Amino acid sequence: MPDTISFTLNGKPVRLEVDGARPLLWVLRTDLALTGTKFGCGEGHCGSCTVLLDGVPVRSCLHKVKNVQGKQVVTIEGLAGNGTLHPLQKAFMEHDGLQCGFCTPGMIMTAYGFLRKNPNPSREQIIRGMEQNLCRCGAHTRIIDAIAAAAGEMKGVPQT
Amino acid sequence: MRADDAIALDFRDNMVLEPQTRREFLKRLGGGIIIFVTLGDLALAQEGERPRGRRPGPPADFNAFLRIGEDGRVTCFTGKIEMGQGPITSLPQMLAEELETPLSTVDIVMGDTELCPYDMGTFGSMTTRSFGPALQAAAAEAKAVLLELAAEALKVPQDRLVAKDGAVFDPQDKDKARLTYGQLAKGQKIARHVDAKPALKAHSAYTIVGKSLVRRDGHDKVTGKALYSGDIREPGMLYAKLLRPPAHGAKLKSADTSAAKAIAGVQVVQDGEFVAVLHEFPDVADAALDRVKAEFDTPEAKVDDKSIFDHLLQSNPEGRSVAEGGDLAAGRKLASKTFEHNYLNSYVAHAAMETHTALAKVVGDKATVWASTQTPFAVQREIAEAIGVPAKNVRVITPFVGGGFGGKSRTTQAIEAARLSKATGKPVQVMWSRAEEFFYDTFRPAAVVKLSSGIDAEGKMVFWDYDVFYAGERGAKQFYAVPNHRTMSRPSGWQAGGQPLATGAWRAPGNNTNTFARESHIDIMAAAAGMDPVEFRLKNLKDARMIHVLKTAADRFGWTPVKAPSKRGYGVACGMDAGTYVATMVEADVDTKKGTVQVKRVVCAQDMGLVVNPEGATIQVEGATTMGLGYALSEEVHFTGGQVVDDNFDTYELPRFSWVPKIETVLVESKESAPQGGGEPAIIVMGAVVANAVFDRTGARLFQLPMTPERIKAALEKV
Repeated sequence: MPDTISFTLNGKPVRLEVDGARPLLWVLRTDLALTGTKFGCGEGHCGSCTVLLDGVPVRSCLHKVKNVQGKQVVTIEGLAGNGTLHPLQKAFMEHDGLQCGFCTPGMIMTAYGFLRKNPNPSREQIIRGMEQNLCRCGAHTRIIDAIAAAAGEMKGVPQT
Repeated sequence: MRADDAIALDFRDNMVLEPQTRREFLKRLGGGIIIFVTLGDLALAQEGERPRGRRPGPPADFNAFLRIGEDGRVTCFTGKIEMGQGPITSLPQMLAEELETPLSTVDIVMGDTELCPYDMGTFGSMTTRSFGPALQAAAAEAKAVLLELAAEALKVPQDRLVAKDGAVFDPQDKDKARLTYGQLAKGQKIARHVDAKPALKAHSAYTIVGKSLVRRDGHDKVTGKALYSGDIREPGMLYAKLLRPPAHGAKLKSADTSAAKAIAGVQVVQDGEFVAVLHEFPDVADAALDRVKAEFDTPEAKVDDKSIFDHLLQSNPEGRSVAEGGDLAAGRKLASKTFEHNYLNSYVAHAAMETHTALAKVVGDKATVWASTQTPFAVQREIAEAIGVPAKNVRVITPFVGGGFGGKSRTTQAIEAARLSKATGKPVQVMWSRAEEFFYDTFRPAAVVKLSSGIDAEGKMVFWDYDVFYAGERGAKQFYAVPNHRTMSRPSGWQAGGQPLATGAWRAPGNNTNTFARESHIDIMAAAAGMDPVEFRLKNLKDARMIHVLKTAADRFGWTPVKAPSKRGYGVACGMDAGTYVATMVEADVDTKKGTVQVKRVVCAQDMGLVVNPEGATIQVEGATTMGLGYALSEEVHFTGGQVVDDNFDTYELPRFSWVPKIETVLVESKESAPQGGGEPAIIVMGAVVANAVFDRTGARLFQLPMTPERIKAALEKV
C-alpha cells in the first residue's frame, strides 16, 4: 500500500505516494530524479549517499523514506543557492578535492554537517569528522584542505 | 581489440595504440575544418619496442581528430574516457597550446564510439604520452590550414601571418586586422588527413602546457550535475537485478521465480543460468530478487587465500625471459653474501566507488549503451556479439566514470544490460551491488616472486636471479648495475590459467608486486652490507635519471645516511613505470603492540618527462600514494574456492582519512623530453617503501602484502 509522505526537499515541499519502507536513496534517485546522491555500498560503509536530514548528515541508503515525513532533506543539488556555489563546493573545486567525483557529493554533505557542529575545526578534527567517508582516488589531503578553507571562509556562520 | 587483448597489453612495459579503420565521421560532423591524424609510426617512435608478436598494423586510418566549427569552437574527439585522472583537462590543454587558441574555446568529447575515433582503452598511463602526440599533430595541422585560409583572405603571404589567441593576423598590418578561427572556418568543408609528423612548438615556447589548472569537470562534480552511467534516464526504463551464484564455478540447478513475479510490476527474464528480475524501481527489483528461490551445485573448494601461494608455485608455469645478461653461475661465485627470499601478495580488488553500471537501449537491430567502462570500443564489439547485431549498430557512450583503476577494462554489466533490453524491449539499467562488484572483479593477481641475489665484499651486486609467478612482467626488469642477471616472468603470457579467481589489470599491473619484491630485497642486501639503503642504491645504480630522482627525493626528505634498522622509521624505494622514474621516501611509526603502521610523511620524486599539467600530475602522485597504502597495509581479498568472502567495505578495508600522511611531490623538470605516464607510477613503490620503513623502525622484515597487524606482529616475534 502506498503511503503519503510529505517533506521539504531542497527548500521545496514534496508530496509522494510511495511505499514508505523504500530506501530514501532510491526514491531520491529514481522517483525524484535527483541523481547527485550516489550509491556506493548500500550498507552505510562508504558515505557516497549522504544527504542532510534536518541539517544532520545521514546515509540515505539506510533511511526509509517514511522517516523523512515532515522533515527537511537537502541533497547536493540543493546546496548551491541561486546559482552561487556554497563555500564548500567552491573550496572542493579550488583545491581539486576530487578526482572521479563519485564520492564528492557525499563528502560535501558530510563536511557540511560536520562544520555545522564544529565551525572552526582543527585538521585532526576534520580527519575524524570525515573518517567514515571513503574515497578510492586518494583525494583525501585535498578534501581536508578544502574543508579547512571553507570553514575559514564561512567564519563560523552556517550557510545553506 | 577485445578486452582480454587490451588487458594483456596493460601488463607489459611497452604498449602501442592500435590504428583504426575508416569511418564516416565527416558526414556526421557537417561543416568547418576537420583534421584527422594517423598516429601510425610517429608515436611508436617514442614508445620504444613494439609488443612482441604484433606486426605493424594495416594501413592506418586515424587515431585522433579535431574540428573547428563555424562558431570558432574547437572540439577534440577522443576514445579516451575520464575516470578521475584528468585528461578532460590535460588533453584540451595540449590542443589549445598547439592550435594557439584560448583553453576556454576547446571542448572535448570522450568515449563515444559513434563520434570518437577508435581507441583501445584508457589504461597503462597512455593518454598523455600516446594519444597526446596525435592530438598535438592534429592541432598543428589545423593551425597550418587556418594560416593558409587567412593568407588567401587577407592577401598576405602566409609566412607573415601569426596565429595567436584564436585568431590570425599580420603583425605588420597597421589596421591590425584579425580573422578569428570561427571566421576562417565559416562556410568551409575542409578535411585534412595528416600522416606525417608536423612541426610542433618548442616546449620552451609553451604558455598553456605546463600551467597548473584546476579540473574542468570540477563544477559539475561538486554540484551533482556530473552524469555517471547510473544517472542516465530513458523513458520506460527498467532496473534489473541478476541472480548470482554463491561461488564461481557453481551451477544453477533450479530457480523458482514465482514469488518474485507476484510483486506488481516485476518482470523476469530467464535464459538458462541467466536469470534477472526487473522493475521500474531498482530497490523493488532488488527485493524481488530476494524472493527467487535458487539452488546451486557448488564445487568443493580447493584453494583459499592462505594456500594460494603454494598453489601458484606448484603449478610451475613456463615462463619467458624478460631480461638477462652476464653469467649467473659466475656471478654466484663472486658473491661474498647471498640472499634468497620469496615475496607474496594477495588478490587485491579495484573497489572503485562507482560499481559497474550500464544502461542499454536496444531498438530493433540497433543499440545505444551508456556504460562505466575503460574500453568503450571493446565493449561495443562484445555487446554486438551478445545480441547478434553488427558492431556498427552499437553505440557505446561513456559518461563520467566513477573510478576505474583497471577494473573497468571489463564491462560485463553492459552486456547484461543489452541482453535484458533486447529481451524486454525496454531500456534496462544494470548497476552492480557492492557484493557483485567484489564477486565479479578481476583482481590484481595473487603472486609470488622468488628472488636470489648476491653482493661482493664492497657491497656491489654481483648477481640477480628473479622469477615472478603470476604478477606479470611489467616492472619485473631490474635497473641496477648487476653484471650477471636473469629475470623470468611466469607464465609467459598474462592469465595463462592457474589463477583460481579472475584477474586483470590493477593500477600499474604487475609493477606493484615486482617493485615490492625488488626494493625490499635491495634493502635486505643493504642492511647485510652494513650500508645505508640510499647509499647502497647509489652504489649500485648507473642509470642517471634514476640516480637523479633518488637524490632529489633524499634532498627534499632530508635523508641522512644511517644503516637500517635505524629506529627512525625511514623507508626508501625506487621504480620505473610507464616511462616514468619514481623514488619515494617515507617516515612511518609502528605500534608494536597492535601491529599497526602509521605513515606520517611521504616524499615522492618523479621524472615523468614533460609535465602537461603539474597540478594534475601532483594530484595523481597523491592519489596513487594514498591508494598504495591500501595494498601495502590492509587490502586483501579473502576467498574459499570460488566463494569471495569479502563483499563490502566492512571487511575489505580501504585507506581512510586518518591514514593519509603528509605527501610532498617533487616533479623533476625534464622539459625537453616527451611526456610519460602519470596516473600509475607513484603507486608501484608503496609496498616496498612501507615495508622498508617498518624494518627501519623495528627490525622486522615483512615478505607478504598486505602487512596486516597479524603479519607485523608475527614478524616482530622473529626480531
